[in-house]
Formats: sequence, structure tokens, C-alpha cells
Amino acid sequence: MLSRLGLRAAPAALKSLAPSLSVGVLHASRPFHTGQHCLAPLPPLPEKGGQVRHGLIPEEFFQFLYPKTGVTGPYVLGTGLLFYLLSKEIYIVNHETIAGACTVGVLIYIVKKYGGDVAAFADRLNEEKVAKALAVKNDSINHLESIIEQEKKEQWRAEGRSYLFDAKRNNIAMLLETNYRERLLTVYNEVKKRLDYQIAVQQLTRRKEQDHMINWIEKNVAQSITAQQEKESIAKCISDLKMLSKSPQAAV
Amino acid sequence: MADRPVPLKDTRLLDVKLGQLPSWFAMRNFTPSGLTGAVRRGYDSYLNKYINVKKGGIGGIAMVLFGYVVVSYVWNYEHLISMIVGGSII
Repeated sequence: MLSRLGLRAAPAALKSLAPSLSVGVLHASRPFHTGQHCLAPLPPLPEKGGQVRHGLIPEEFFQFLYPKTGVTGPYVLGTGLLFYLLSKEIYIVNHETIAGACTVGVLIYIVKKYGGDVAAFADRLNEEKVAKALAVKNDSINHLESIIEQEKKEQWRAEGRSYLFDAKRNNIAMLLETNYRERLLTVYNEVKKRLDYQIAVQQLTRRKEQDHMINWIEKNVAQSITAQQEKESIAKCISDLKMLSKSPQAAV
Repeated sequence: MADRPVPLKDTRLLDVKLGQLPSWFAMRNFTPSGLTGAVRRGYDSYLNKYINVKKGGIGGIAMVLFGYVVVSYVWNYEHLISMIVGGSII
């Protein structure tokens, strides 16, 4: 549990305990960092560390003695060792023994009572760190995926270029056609105006000639009719009328 | 397993038979870099086994502290013995 709390603090503390050879050497907590830079993602941390029984003795020791002495072997060894140390005065019982025993008792009590809570707290801290990193990774992944989507959309849009050009071509063709027809109409109107002018000129000339001729003819005829011819014609007309009035059976 | 007959120089300590221990010990390189490498390897292996895990326990640090207590007792043993011989138990 303490190791969870001090995932950074424990190696620092251990580094100060270790001999000073580690000073100046790059602190490598994993063997991967001692070589060249490995750019592959590191494997995740193992879930559980080496098992330790009673907080002090690694489990491998019990497994090592199990085939020869069974389950109670290490405990018997421990008891025998303890009695040997005490009886031979290799371990001297003095006032510090009592102080040590009380300290150890208090420590064991604290660890047993609050170990779970401290472990949960440390786990929560770790999870927050991991969640933040994961959030960054997921954000960048989503961002890149949206960019990919936009890129695909742009590619799809680029495929529609041909339709765009067809529409533009149609527009231009229509403009050209319209322009052509306008000019055709203009030409037609202009030509028609010139032809109308010619016709009007011809008609005018003819009318003028006719009028002039009529006037000339009338004038000449009026001149040629002398007074005497006029009297004779009038007398002839009167005699004709008299003749006509005599025959009422004339067809009406 | 890779190859059974590994030369004695390269075997790990736990794989060495008891009779071969002196010769194995003589073949280790005692240059400063060799010693540094050995200490670094031991430190790293302890760290990776008990500290750099997701759910560590009290054993990782407790073993180190217990080792410290034992070593300090060994270093102070003569002083303790001299105090008893001198008559006081303090």
C-alpha cells in the first residue's frame, strides 16, 4: 500500500538508501531505458508484485522449503533461529527491545487498520492520472478521425468536379446561343429596315411620277381644249341626252 | 529452454550447484563497472518485483526497513557487547 502511494517517492527513498553509485547515473526504473530509445509503447505494469508473507518474508522462501519440510518448516526454522539468537545472546535484550516491540505493535495495528483506505486513495490517484492520459489520447484520436472524415468528404467533393464543369459548359453554351440569336435578330431588323427604305423610295418615286404625269396630261388637255371645242362638246352632250330621254325603254 | 549446457560463467546464482560455487564466484568480474552493474541489476530486479506494480503491498518497503534494522544492529553489536561487559545495560 505504501508502495502504491509512493510510486515516485519510494524509488527516491530507496535511491538515497542505495550506495552513492547511483548518483550521476540516469535513474532507470525499468530495464528498457538503459539501452537505446525504444519507441514502442511500454508494457503495462504487472498487477501484483512478488508475494510477501507476514510483510517480511518472500513467498519464494516458503516454496523453497516446502518439498523438504512441508508447511511448518519455515516457522520451525524461524522459531529455532529466534531461540538460538536469544540464548546465545547474539540478540541482546535491553530497553530498546521493549521500545522496538511497542513500535512494531503500533505499526502493525496502523497498517492493518488503515492499509485498505490508503491503498484505495493511492489507487484513485493513479486512476485519475491514467484517465487523464487516456482522455488526451482519445481526444487526439477523435480529432484525427474527424479530420479523416473531412478529408474523405473533400475527396468525394472533388469527384463532382465533372458535373460542375458540365454545368459551366452548358451555361456558356446557352450564353453563346442567346448572343447569337440576338445578333441574328439585329441583322434581320437592320436588313429589313434597309429594304423597307428602298421600297419606300421606289413607291415615292412612282407616285411622284404618276402625279406629275397626271398634272401634265391634265394641263395639256385643258390647254388643248379650246373654247370652241368646248361648246361643240356641250351641244353634243345635250343632243345625246335628248335622244336618250326619248326612248324610255332604254335598259335601266 | 534455450540451451541446456550453459557455460558456468553465465549461469544465474540460483542455478549454480553448491560444489561449483567457489569457481563460479571466482569467474565473476570484479571490475568497478562489473560491481556497479551487479548492484544496479539487483536494485532493478528488487524494484521491478516489489515496487513497480499496480497493487503493491507493505512487503516492498517493510523488507528494506527490516534489512536496515538488521544491518544497523550488526554494526552496533560490538558497542552493545561492550556496554553489557561494562556492567550497564543501557
